[in-house]
Amino acid sequence: MVELATILDDMPVGEPATATLKAEARHLNFHYGAFHALKDISLPVYDHSITALIGPSGCGKSTFLRCFNRMHDLYPGNRYQGEIVLYPDNVDILNPSVDPIEVRMRVSMVFQKPNPFPKSIFENVAYGLKVRGITRRDLVEAKVEQALHSAALWNEVKDRLHELAGNLSGGQQQRLCIARALAIDPELILFDEPTSALDPIATASIEELMLSLKEQVAILIVTHNMQQAARVSDHTAFLYLGKVIEFNDTRKIFTMPDMKQTEDYITGRFG
Amino acid sequence: MTPAPTADLRKLIARHRLVEQVFTIVGLLALLVGLMVLLGLFLQLAVTGAPRLTAEFFTSFPSRIAEKAGILSAWVGSLLVMLVTACTAIPLGVAAGVYLEEYAPKNWLTAMIEINVMNLAGVPSIIYGLLALGLFVYQFGFGQSILSAGLTLALLILPIVIVATREALRAVPGSIREAAYALGATRWQMVSQHIAPYSAGGILTGVIIGLSRAIGETAPIITIGALTFIAFLPTPPVTGEFPFLSFQWLQDPFTVMPIQMFNWTSRPEEAFQLNAAAAGVVLLVMTLAMNALAIWLRYRIRRTIKW
Repeated sequence: MVELATILDDMPVGEPATATLKAEARHLNFHYGAFHALKDISLPVYDHSITALIGPSGCGKSTFLRCFNRMHDLYPGNRYQGEIVLYPDNVDILNPSVDPIEVRMRVSMVFQKPNPFPKSIFENVAYGLKVRGITRRDLVEAKVEQALHSAALWNEVKDRLHELAGNLSGGQQQRLCIARALAIDPELILFDEPTSALDPIATASIEELMLSLKEQVAILIVTHNMQQAARVSDHTAFLYLGKVIEFNDTRKIFTMPDMKQTEDYITGRFG
Repeated sequence: MTPAPTADLRKLIARHRLVEQVFTIVGLLALLVGLMVLLGLFLQLAVTGAPRLTAEFFTSFPSRIAEKAGILSAWVGSLLVMLVTACTAIPLGVAAGVYLEEYAPKNWLTAMIEINVMNLAGVPSIIYGLLALGLFVYQFGFGQSILSAGLTLALLILPIVIVATREALRAVPGSIREAAYALGATRWQMVSQHIAPYSAGGILTGVIIGLSRAIGETAPIITIGALTFIAFLPTPPVTGEFPFLSFQWLQDPFTVMPIQMFNWTSRPEEAFQLNAAAAGVVLLVMTLAMNALAIWLRYRIRRTIKW
């Protein structure tokens, strides 16, 4: 508790989010076959801010995250109920009439382990553009460079764009995946424990990167690391057994949580 | 920031979807073409041979009279040859595969051996027949016997077994090897108590696929001089007197299923064609049964393993 409070004190006090909604889950239920994984979740995701999902393993935070880009559609036996509304156009992305491919073009994702394609650095970043039908060489090159700049990777790779992505270090690979996600100008980026496979220095650089990306996009991040949630996020939701126990400003959650369970989890008494 | 998807983007996605649907149809057709042709062939064989598939067919020796002819000496011969093949190819192939993968130093010599083992798998089977004729039949003096045939087919499938073993071993993650070493296991303990059991499914599959290839081989068996007309069985391997086991059968002349088929198809009389079809069905069922066993074993063993 003390340690987390110190972290929060060191953080610049952001103006209390000017509360433009980017997305909102409304009474979301999710089933894996017979297993009721998410129970009536309602949660806002604000634009230009970072929302962290914390909670013990198996609480459903990754499951919740993967609803936002309809990743669950890839596997049989999964069922959604309720809505996730994407603003500003107010579309319920869980509605069966909404094309999941369209959703994924607006909401990109960075996974737990870096998963670059076994292709060159350039091709990795350019792939999303290719899928979107953007093929003009100069346009693609400009976009790739811009995305790599945004992902703070440009200076490290500008001389070897055509080398295999697999030759990069773990942290660089993850930043490459972030660049790949950024290249298509997403409105929301999902991070699924993006630093759990990385060392502390690489982790620090990814966190710094996320803070800088807030300018451009909304970010939803699942993390196991409470210090990380405290360091980077503006809002935090604590999930437990498929339910949102508490959602609030990060500072509030980590200093004066309303719920006993939240406090117990944050102070390491369980989880 | 991009706005919500435009009509243009929707059109693009629709186009991508169309390509996907086209492939779905092409893929399904490709699958059906292969399946239908095979199924058609099998059904035709089964329909033609059906009248001859009686109990007597399995218990009769070949005969000049088509209606009385059977496959007794052929299926017994096939089984005994397979027994010799399995007893030779499995220990040799698995041991060689384990040695190459886990023990042999990785240098240019083992790389050469590796490449050549792969190449051996592609050598035409009649070459093996010629080699065996010179080596087993004449040089070693095994004659035109079950032993010669079994060893020939063992040579033929050895590369398949070695490659399958190596691939199965390679599929075990390195971390499992390190886990065994870290507890003080020797290389042999690591291999025999961990890597080999965990990869048993893959090894078994390779072995059975090799055997099911061997059971249908004709050319090398003809080359070493199997008879096409045999009206007696090999000496029984179990005898009434001490020591109760006899290995005389290894040296007996023999025939096998594909040769019996080949013999019948080359006869002018129509009635023998029915026999050939019936024998073909039996041979196919034997092969399919072996492959089914391989799949089932793999499923059983893999189900218990997760990493």
